[in-house]
Amino acid sequence: MRIPILKLHEYLLITIQVEMDDQTALQFQEDLLNKIHDTGAKGVVIDLTSVDMIDSFIAKVLGDVVRMSKLMGAQVVLTGIQPAVAITLIDLGISMREVSTALDLEQGLDKLRLELEG
Amino acid sequence: MDIQSCVEVRNEWDIVSARQLGRNMAKELGFGNVDQARITTAISELARNIYLYAGRGKICIEPIDQLGKKGLRIIALDNGPGIREIRKVMEDGYTTSGGLGAGLPGVKRLMDEFSIESTVDVGTEISATKWLR
Repeated sequence: MRIPILKLHEYLLITIQVEMDDQTALQFQEDLLNKIHDTGAKGVVIDLTSVDMIDSFIAKVLGDVVRMSKLMGAQVVLTGIQPAVAITLIDLGISMREVSTALDLEQGLDKLRLELEG
Repeated sequence: MDIQSCVEVRNEWDIVSARQLGRNMAKELGFGNVDQARITTAISELARNIYLYAGRGKICIEPIDQLGKKGLRIIALDNGPGIREIRKVMEDGYTTSGGLGAGLPGVKRLMDEFSIESTVDVGTEISATKWLR
């Protein structure tokens, strides 16, 4: 299964709408880095509105892809983390401290614009 | 649905099946969406531990009713290498896999009751319960 990555001007948009197994998560990591490389995108929004569970593996894959993108020169913002997901991540002991987040897609794009222009 | 349902865990896809079973059962029992997420996440972590450390095993999920107190119990069973130092694996931050899996302390926090029995070279049985509030 592949997660589609959309290009919008200098940004990439991803909305995760599938139940992620390990392979899908790792494939997404690779696809996103290749897409950043091919398009020269400066900013990425990964929207998690439809994701109802993030376990430690998916959290690690997401945290890693944010750091990998940063190495390539692209900023990533995670948006739309559901209340139940935020609660379980903290229960699990995962804070994703260094990851940039926003309430929804709109605020995520605003945040990227500020970070990239400011 | 007062019987136990089990999923064999042998590969990564079985982890997804185990948590789907857990979510459906939690939903049917009337758990709210935060507790559904807690239960699903706990199952995912336990199933991943089986896959990573034992290679194969199973996750069983059963509804429980103790004197009118309702809940759901997850049982994770394997015949793997067992856990040598249970006290240590129950400490936050202890890992032998290099950070894959938040570990058992996380699962314990997600659930209301938690117990673990493990014998080296025989296997491990973990039981975790969430009560319906």
